[in-house]
Amino acid sequence: MSHGHSEKHHHGGPVVYTATLIALLILTGITVGASYINFGSNSANIAIALTIASMKAILVSLFFMHLLWDKKVNAIIAATGFLFLGIFITFDLIDLNNRRDPTPRNVPVMATPTAVPESMNPQLTPAPKPYPKKVAPVEGEAEKE
Amino acid sequence: MEPVLTSGQHVGDHPRPEKNYLNENTRVWDWMTTVDHKRIGLMYLVGSLFFFLIGGMLALMLRLVLMTPQHTMFGIAVDAEMYNRMFTLHGAIMVFLFIIPAIPGSLTNFVLPLMLGAKDVAFPKLNLASFYVYVAGAIMAVSSIVIGAVDTGWTFYTPYSSSSSQTAVASMTMAAFILGFSSILTGLNFIATVHKLRAPGMGWFDMPLFIWGMYSTAVIQILATPVLAITLVLLAIEKTFHIGIFDPKYGGDPVLFQHFFWFYSHPAVYIMILPGMAIISELIPTFSKKTIFGYRAIAYSSVSLALVSFIVWGHHMFVAGQSQLANVVFSALTFLVAIPSGVKVFNWLTTMYKGNIVLKTPMWFAIAFLILFAIGGLTGIFLGTLSTNIHLTDTYFVVAHFHYVMMGSTVTAFLGGLYYWWPKMTGRMFSEKGGKISCALWFIGFNATFIPQFIMGSQGMPRRYYNYLDQFQPFHAFSTVGSWILGLSLFTVAGVLLASLRKPADAPDDPWGGTTLEWKTSSPPITHNFHDQPVLEREPYDYRPAGMAGKGH
Amino acid sequence: MSTTTTDLHAHGGHDSHGEHHNPFHQHHFATMEQQFDTAKIGMWTFLVTEVLMFGGLFVGFGLSQAKYPQEFVDAHHHLQRWAGSLNTVVLLFSSWTMVMAVHAAQTSQKARMKMFLWITLLCACVFMGVKYYEYSHKFEEGLLPGMFYHSQPTDTIPGSHGYATFFAFYFMMTGLHGIHILIGMGLILWLLKNADNFNSEWYTPVDLFGLYWHIVDMIWIYLFPLYYLIS
Repeated sequence: MSHGHSEKHHHGGPVVYTATLIALLILTGITVGASYINFGSNSANIAIALTIASMKAILVSLFFMHLLWDKKVNAIIAATGFLFLGIFITFDLIDLNNRRDPTPRNVPVMATPTAVPESMNPQLTPAPKPYPKKVAPVEGEAEKE
Repeated sequence: MEPVLTSGQHVGDHPRPEKNYLNENTRVWDWMTTVDHKRIGLMYLVGSLFFFLIGGMLALMLRLVLMTPQHTMFGIAVDAEMYNRMFTLHGAIMVFLFIIPAIPGSLTNFVLPLMLGAKDVAFPKLNLASFYVYVAGAIMAVSSIVIGAVDTGWTFYTPYSSSSSQTAVASMTMAAFILGFSSILTGLNFIATVHKLRAPGMGWFDMPLFIWGMYSTAVIQILATPVLAITLVLLAIEKTFHIGIFDPKYGGDPVLFQHFFWFYSHPAVYIMILPGMAIISELIPTFSKKTIFGYRAIAYSSVSLALVSFIVWGHHMFVAGQSQLANVVFSALTFLVAIPSGVKVFNWLTTMYKGNIVLKTPMWFAIAFLILFAIGGLTGIFLGTLSTNIHLTDTYFVVAHFHYVMMGSTVTAFLGGLYYWWPKMTGRMFSEKGGKISCALWFIGFNATFIPQFIMGSQGMPRRYYNYLDQFQPFHAFSTVGSWILGLSLFTVAGVLLASLRKPADAPDDPWGGTTLEWKTSSPPITHNFHDQPVLEREPYDYRPAGMAGKGH
Repeated sequence: MSTTTTDLHAHGGHDSHGEHHNPFHQHHFATMEQQFDTAKIGMWTFLVTEVLMFGGLFVGFGLSQAKYPQEFVDAHHHLQRWAGSLNTVVLLFSSWTMVMAVHAAQTSQKARMKMFLWITLLCACVFMGVKYYEYSHKFEEGLLPGMFYHSQPTDTIPGSHGYATFFAFYFMMTGLHGIHILIGMGLILWLLKNADNFNSEWYTPVDLFGLYWHIVDMIWIYLFPLYYLIS
């Protein structure tokens, strides 16, 4: 039983791992280089950087983390994690990109506070009357009022 | 040759063993260092019931304050701040310290390995660690209550929570953070156990439906809880360093907090309700003496509820400043929840149809669950609808709705499950009469408490207010009286169960005629669960006569 | 996916079948293979929680960047690109040494495994050293989170909250990542202490730690371009 066990998890090997490392280093070089090129907009640059990062992440998970040869269930578990992270980001973006009245951006720290209309100024308007009572106030209540 | 265990076996095949998991190694230290899932389950049970008691006391006090519009309790005036603290404590304790850990930590910890025919959960030490993390979180939560005060509500909404002068907000969020890790560890353990520790012959579709429900729960615990953890850390850091993430004063976005919070907390609602549904899926076939109708449909509906729970969180934010598009999308997606929920209810009802229903105490609770869950679920549709939601937001309608789901459904199922597995856990049968009385009181008290709240809510009574207009007085008074019946019923439950402990062990192996594997060992089970490794010979809920028995669908 | 049907009676640790009994075999598993697979599923599930926890921070960072694009570009110029690149290379290399250590454990090459674990530990030290250099530089210049941020002459939108927010996320995310590296260093020492127990029959801790180390590396793979290479 133990023999079969050790056989079973023997995939990859130094050659494959070293090749993976070289690929990862090359991709790192590319991503640094790409950051000096303007691809049109900030978000385009970010998208390219994230694409390269994801390629690196896939290489790490397939070869270093053995997902390529491992039981499929582990890959499914890993994929589920990223899928739900994707759901989280997607729905947040649906909201934030479609706000009718987005929060003001880049406002200086000490912006002058907006004047409050007098009718809403708590210092000018009298406090609302307490609710009329039908029941005679009990002891503690009488004190408070 | 393996011993052939079939559901047709008579009770008490095993002579009651002298040693069981309760009377072996009984020093306090043995209990504290145990890795036995059954003992950890019992410790979780004691812990979560203790907090249920505290949270319940707070609820009774809140109802007492609300009995009259004079906001007094026993003649002592309660100010708004005190009231806010009380409902915050009630909510936080009930959610984080009772409902979320109760069924997974206690009943499931006890039953899940037994149902799978396993000797323990996959990682017994981690299981114990999860209990101690729970205790640490509970101590931290309680101490932050004693040291400072939290009046933010259990949701900790920004910017109030990040700018509130209440000192304990940071420590309370850290307590919830720690409790989240306890929940994660439990879920992780259950996932690994279900994947790898099923008895020989038990495929995925031979598992009891309880396991399917708890597996789905564990998936949510794993996927959602880490986001809550990091959200609470961000909140605590924001409060300490004045960082602009959620608080508009520092350039943050308060609606973002609600996104983060509900990405966890909406699925968390299913961490609460799925275990309840899981228990009901056991009770109904056992006491209808009939094969469950639509096994696969119920199994798939558990998993799909878990998945759908992740794409509807925005329905908590319809009036919070979320974009109109997101409102529409989330409202539409919310209706998806009704499908798997309906599938479950119809399958349970069809299982009962033409069954030989045995009205024992757990079945009473199961039937109470069906009624209360139907009300809770259907009122959820009103709230998920964008237009009606705007009218009902932050009213007592919402309060009544989620109490019907969390308390009326989950706690009802929890009590039913507690009665159901009590003989297995303790080896003692409880008084049927007492159990039925407690169920009747529970059902009456629950509806008396919360039906008036639906009416008040639809008329505009806002939640979280410590006083109200006179017109709501009769409803509030009725609701308060209902809460007393509810309290009485829970003390009856405690009395019935504790009274059973005074007599010697008398429970047979399978007092209810259940077919799942936990009934194949003695009551209470021996430390290693089974005398022989059980092998699954029949599918679960197979009530066909022995001659027609056999595995396979 | 169904449980193996052999070794049914391997309960209580009293194997009747095995020629030898592995001391690391826990009683509630029928076979060592089942035990290994279970541990692996547990580890992957744990890694998912790590992904989602860091994911929350990434989402917060991304949304803040969308809100303060100019401030984030300004602020990121204060990060030394060479330091980030160096740490990336160091961490990728340590991932390679780690997978080599796992391979050595699988093939019972103890000395080789120890050597690769030591190199991994060394890489982690270098990483933390560079991190220390970067952090002390930030502390000196007042590039700190929230209310501790000191405005810089390079701020193109003076007074904006965006700068303080950038450094808040910077310290939270690299800090949480750094804590994971520190925990990893402790675990490597534990593995080295118990190195004699690992062989082709039982190397679960080495394998699981490898997974942990790779996910820490993977998080850095995303952190690096998002923080150091914005423009």
